[in-house]
Amino acid sequence: MRGATHAKWAACAMAVVLAATACGGGGNGGGGGGSGVISSSWGDPQNPLEPANTNEVQGGKVLDMLFRGLKRYDPRTGEAENWLAEKIDTTDSQNFTVTVKDGWTFSNGEKVTARSFVDAWNYGAHLKNNQRNAYFFNYIEGYDEVHPEKGEATADTLSGLKVKDERTFTVKLTQKFSTWPETLGYNAFAPLPRAFFDDHDAWLSKPVGNGPYTVESYTKGSMMSLRTWDQYPGEDKARNDGVDLKVYTDNTIAYTDLTAGNLDLLDDVPASQLRNVQADLGDRYINTPAGIIQTLAFPYYDKRWNADGMEKVRKGLSMAINRQQITDTIFQRTRTPAKDWTSPVLKEEGGFDDGLCGEACEFDAAEAKKLVDEGGGIPGGTLRITFNADTGSHREWVDAVCNSINNALDNDRACTGNPVGTFADFRNEITDRKMTGPFRAGWQMDYPLIQNFLQPLYYTNASSNDGKWSNEEFDRLVDEANAETDPARAAGKFKDAEEVVRDEMAAIPLWYQNGSAGYSDRISNVALNPFSVPVYHEITVD
Amino acid sequence: MGRYVIRRLLQMIPVFFGTTLLIFLMVNVMGDPVAGLCGDRQCDPATAARLRAEFGLDKPVWQQYATYMGNVFTGDFGTAFNGQKVTELMGTAFPVTVRLTVVAVVFEIVIGISLGVLTGLRRGRPADTGVLLVTLVVISVPTFVTGLLLQLLLGVKWGVVRPAVSSAATVDELLVPGLVLASVSLAYVTRLTRTSVAENARADYVRTAVAKGLPRRRVVSRHLLRNSLIPVVTFIGTDVGALMGGAIVTERIFNIHGVGFQLYQGIVRQSSQTVVGFVTVLVLVFLLANLIVDLLYAVLDPRIRYA
Repeated sequence: MRGATHAKWAACAMAVVLAATACGGGGNGGGGGGSGVISSSWGDPQNPLEPANTNEVQGGKVLDMLFRGLKRYDPRTGEAENWLAEKIDTTDSQNFTVTVKDGWTFSNGEKVTARSFVDAWNYGAHLKNNQRNAYFFNYIEGYDEVHPEKGEATADTLSGLKVKDERTFTVKLTQKFSTWPETLGYNAFAPLPRAFFDDHDAWLSKPVGNGPYTVESYTKGSMMSLRTWDQYPGEDKARNDGVDLKVYTDNTIAYTDLTAGNLDLLDDVPASQLRNVQADLGDRYINTPAGIIQTLAFPYYDKRWNADGMEKVRKGLSMAINRQQITDTIFQRTRTPAKDWTSPVLKEEGGFDDGLCGEACEFDAAEAKKLVDEGGGIPGGTLRITFNADTGSHREWVDAVCNSINNALDNDRACTGNPVGTFADFRNEITDRKMTGPFRAGWQMDYPLIQNFLQPLYYTNASSNDGKWSNEEFDRLVDEANAETDPARAAGKFKDAEEVVRDEMAAIPLWYQNGSAGYSDRISNVALNPFSVPVYHEITVD
Repeated sequence: MGRYVIRRLLQMIPVFFGTTLLIFLMVNVMGDPVAGLCGDRQCDPATAARLRAEFGLDKPVWQQYATYMGNVFTGDFGTAFNGQKVTELMGTAFPVTVRLTVVAVVFEIVIGISLGVLTGLRRGRPADTGVLLVTLVVISVPTFVTGLLLQLLLGVKWGVVRPAVSSAATVDELLVPGLVLASVSLAYVTRLTRTSVAENARADYVRTAVAKGLPRRRVVSRHLLRNSLIPVVTFIGTDVGALMGGAIVTERIFNIHGVGFQLYQGIVRQSSQTVVGFVTVLVLVFLLANLIVDLLYAVLDPRIRYA
């Protein structure tokens, strides 16, 4: 069938080329490889495919199919549910006892035990393994010894992890962190089989996990074939025969392939096609909130931005941005104007509050101008918004934001974009504290907790506090929230901390980002989880 | 002849070192790549330092270059940031691009030279004017426009071909991308051949051949074409290198996982190992193609001899 199709179109192509005539009636060869197998677009993962080494969505997609951890986030509500964990007990929010469920195995038959987790976490945390996500383990006692800021590690394993028996292990944290168990659904905390440690290269070329799918074949850089694992012990068994992940050189061509009927699922509709997507796909296009927020951060290491009264200027700038207009026209509603510093995927119970930012996030040109003037005006007279120009069509929205500010302040030179060539360079300028004005800051949550939207970004010297904002009141409230044992009260405290961020306008919230996907008429039950990854195991093939 | 080849091969050595050094420096100017590996957050300093040490980025540039060249001569082109050996990437990318280039060159030779001969022999006739006009259009339209247009028409609207090339990238799948890649060069080949043929058609030796009563086919193929092809061969020879490295646009449009795609990804991710490795091989290809072209001159024109 396949060969015949090729031969036929080869003949057609030749005919087209030589005689400039077109062949009619050439059908498409259908979508995926087999009957119940879904073909899905993929990008080459940036880092080696290890659970604690994957920090972007393309690798995360695979881990999501291959692994199940102690907790799992419900694909719809984002709520953390016990999955491999039978129970996680604590009396003081600092010492946890984890009991692993019986009956789980890896797809190679090995039992998933307490040791599978402890070994995996020790591997992920250790400096010598170069894991990009090592800092996820930094709340566990002994992290400083296995992963010191400078020099060599002085210990091989985390002292805070102890295996009690085959199914139990204990975790000691360095501080109180009541919602810590909720973070365990993140990929970095996945268990690993012995095969991972015994023959690492073999594992990397064909990963083995404990999730609903197994790897059938993996050609690095071009394709991964995953097939349903029949003996999968979990409730979330795959409802299709497998998934073929195909690497595309560009998501525009993946979109073309989807419209031509050669691809089943595309989980990132290219910005240039958003205008056509309704016409091309109709209701086979989904656009749902994801845990991503875009903000403008400020360099607080620059005295001018840290001065008194500057919070008024920042608030004024925030009010000068017409978010609704920009999200409607530039992003075709794949972004939603931000109304707080978290994300709607948290839901109100989780701490999302669409009234928190209030008037400070509403467009009001007159008030904006007044506030900026009261605060002493824009430092240096011109606002230069720094962004990386290589990915994500940032130039368009930066120009739009600047236009909006210029119009509101009635000054053509109030704001201008300042592109940086590459993402790495952009990050370097941030790390080296070279920013002189606001800069693009995006945050994709690691786990659906309000803590994850605040602490890493605004806590003094936190890992992603790029603007080096520091506020004692905020730090104190976050510490209190982490010590709170009741999740609802913890969320309440975090919201108090978020109000400090608002009053100081530590960063200007711009918009919440949605996940978008398009799919063929061959498949149904397609949804994106709050991490904007398709929920593969629920997809059915018609 | 043998001495000439050796001399040429020796000349390649400084060229090789010069180009690789230049590329190495250019990639280095782009700055520290490690910061881009941790997404929208700061890499933790300890891991970043270890990564830098692993990729040798903590040493001065000249030392990095020396180590790199030392490794290259033992066949080790380093490791890309995703943990894959660059040689492994080359092993998958080069065969694909070579196939694509071969398809493109075949198009250039077959279509370009035939059209060139045809128009060259019928100078000023409607066929000549028509082809000239078409080549003018092809040359002035950028490759990505031709590519996207053909992809949309043949792949989506008429469903004649699959718009995206599969990872196997078989020759039949590469026909349309090959044609797109060849299009501009093809137009040049047509024009070059046409001019050359038209010029030589009035030469004395052709008149002699005709006067001898040789059949027209033999006059054209043995006498006229052989002399007219020298500039065309030069062009095609240098074009081989350009096609292999310049397929970035075509490869991205048609989802071909070849050299262009790897180079693009290497540049975006600032993976100096990938970029320098691939470009080094491309430089070698370019140098060898040029040498072969020069040697071909002697075959085409016996008057040219290399001592």
